[in-house]
Amino acid sequence: MGDRVLMTGNDAVGEGAVRAGCDAYYGYPITPQNELTAYMALHMPAKGRVFIQAESEVAAINMVFGTAAAGKRAMTSSSSPGISLKQEGISFLAGAELPAVIVNVQRGGPGLGNISPSQADYFQAVKGGGHGDYHQIVLAPDSVQEMHDLTILAFELADRYRTPVMVLTDGRLGQMMEPLVLSEGPAPAPPDKPWAINGAAGREPNLIRSLYLVEGELEQLNIRLQKKYARISESEKRWEERDTGDCDILLVAYGTSARIAKGAAAEARAAGIRAGVFRPVSLWPFPGERLRELASQARRILVVEMSAGQLIEDVRLSVGERVPVDLEGRMGGGIPSVSDVLARLRALDTEGR
Amino acid sequence: MEEKAIYSRPDSLTDRPMHYCPGCGHGTVHKLIAEVVDEMGIREKTIGIAPVGCAVLAYFYMRFDVMEAAHGRTPAVATGVKRVLPDKLVFSYQGDGDLAAIGMAETIHAANRGENISVVFINNAVYGMTGGQMAPTTLTGQKTATSPGGRLVETMGPPVKMCELLNTLDRPYHIERVALDGPAGVRKARKAIRTIFEAQRDGKGYGFVEVLSPCPTYQRCTPVESLKFVGNDMAATFPLGLFRRGGERIDA
Ligand SMILES: Cc1ncc(C[n+]2csc(CCOP(=O)(O)OP(=O)(O)O)c2C)c(N)n1
Ligand code: SF4
Repeated sequence: MGDRVLMTGNDAVGEGAVRAGCDAYYGYPITPQNELTAYMALHMPAKGRVFIQAESEVAAINMVFGTAAAGKRAMTSSSSPGISLKQEGISFLAGAELPAVIVNVQRGGPGLGNISPSQADYFQAVKGGGHGDYHQIVLAPDSVQEMHDLTILAFELADRYRTPVMVLTDGRLGQMMEPLVLSEGPAPAPPDKPWAINGAAGREPNLIRSLYLVEGELEQLNIRLQKKYARISESEKRWEERDTGDCDILLVAYGTSARIAKGAAAEARAAGIRAGVFRPVSLWPFPGERLRELASQARRILVVEMSAGQLIEDVRLSVGERVPVDLEGRMGGGIPSVSDVLARLRALDTEGR
Repeated sequence: MEEKAIYSRPDSLTDRPMHYCPGCGHGTVHKLIAEVVDEMGIREKTIGIAPVGCAVLAYFYMRFDVMEAAHGRTPAVATGVKRVLPDKLVFSYQGDGDLAAIGMAETIHAANRGENISVVFINNAVYGMTGGQMAPTTLTGQKTATSPGGRLVETMGPPVKMCELLNTLDRPYHIERVALDGPAGVRKARKAIRTIFEAQRDGKGYGFVEVLSPCPTYQRCTPVESLKFVGNDMAATFPLGLFRRGGERIDA
């Protein structure tokens, strides 16, 4: 077992990246992810790796683009407004099929919003916030342990599928402290990258591009991408279930909201309401099939999220008309409380009987 | 694979016919870069970053590793490559819209950090690829698709002088402006490119060569007139010569 330590979520992401063999990190200050940039500033140069505080989020994602093209592991992190600025770059990473890790420690929006935790960037993350037909893998931790573990997984998946991977988290998970067990290094070596641009020594020149002007070529790229996305959907769906075996009301939530949902479900159980929790860990690909199975046994679904209702669309797409789906949501940096969710569960419980 | 025979075409240039308009400066500068790479014997170590602009397809002509970058982000991409591959030769190749408008921040900050990269800047005073719009370097009074009455300083500002601007920063090692206005200008351009590539190879740091360049199509003239436009009109606004050598500013 690795060392057991106490850390903030942001630091746990940083240490995960370091242990995953991240070669270069590029960041730009924005709250609530500043601890992560500072962590990398401290630890990357000390290990002989690259840290740059870029001139903007746009520059940072394009530095990631260069490092990824050179065949090395690269990461950037930001929070909502900065992630908006990175979208062109993420689309380019997808188009050029380059592996990279992007961390979004979400805050309230729209606009400059506030610096409170939020989950309002769900659509941007899972539906492709940039232009063109593409997906990124989206992983959503709900503990400091997972902030660490899923960051490491993000690097592995990025390399395996040559695709951008986002760790979608929020300011509360980023800034809270929890004990965690650090991964035991060294991380498995990255796969060979014969496509990388690192000097055409003894081989034909490599070319990394996303421009395809010849008729039909771009469609071929898209067909290849869609096949890759189908493979990812096949193999990389991840979720957690709690008390779903006999549940009457199924709570669906990710990240910080999932912690609240779990708390409320436990209290509901104690009060005789059979509540369970389904927590998608991969938001794209979305584990919809399992959710559909659970929906045939539950009487109601309650989605808890810190947005006007974004995750709920994927839930509805997955379960169709099988069961009524309700939302307990807060916006603009508001966080649902356990007692709010519990009150909602009580109301749904009596309503349905 | 390695051939020692002498070709008239540089080894680092492919034999693919170029798509550029007759009289365009891009093809000339591609050839100069390829010659310098050959002379220095670094084809297998060279990495080019292509811009968004007419030269986006530069990779079809260059026989070494090349990648694209998003419009204007070339110096950030070059930074991301060079920092993890410090022993390769990394250059960015950019037009004036790419470098001096949308990519101004990346240009200035890469120079200010003193990244050990080389920047070849093709200033043709227009946006070529998108159809001859006004560039940051369009001359005062010059007519373009988006300055149909001529560039007006009062509302559009005067042309941006990149060498002068970058020369205010402390870290660049070499800054030079040349013009493709005839054979002598081409020779100077080649020498300047060699200078910044050697500086990078020797770990001296950031090199910047601005090449005033013909674009007959959107400078709205014949190829021969375009050479005059570059050598006379453009050079009057953008003085030729050395601005920085060996890290030292050169007094005009
Ligand atoms: C984000 C973005 N904005 C705009 C464009 C459209 N665009 C393509 S090339 C170009 C300008 C090219 O002009 P320049 O950099 O001067 O190069 P030239 O074509 O003259 O060599 C523009 C605006 C783009 N591709 N991406
Ligand atoms: S439009 Fe101008 S820059 Fe573009 S290829 Fe033609 S001459 Fe060259």
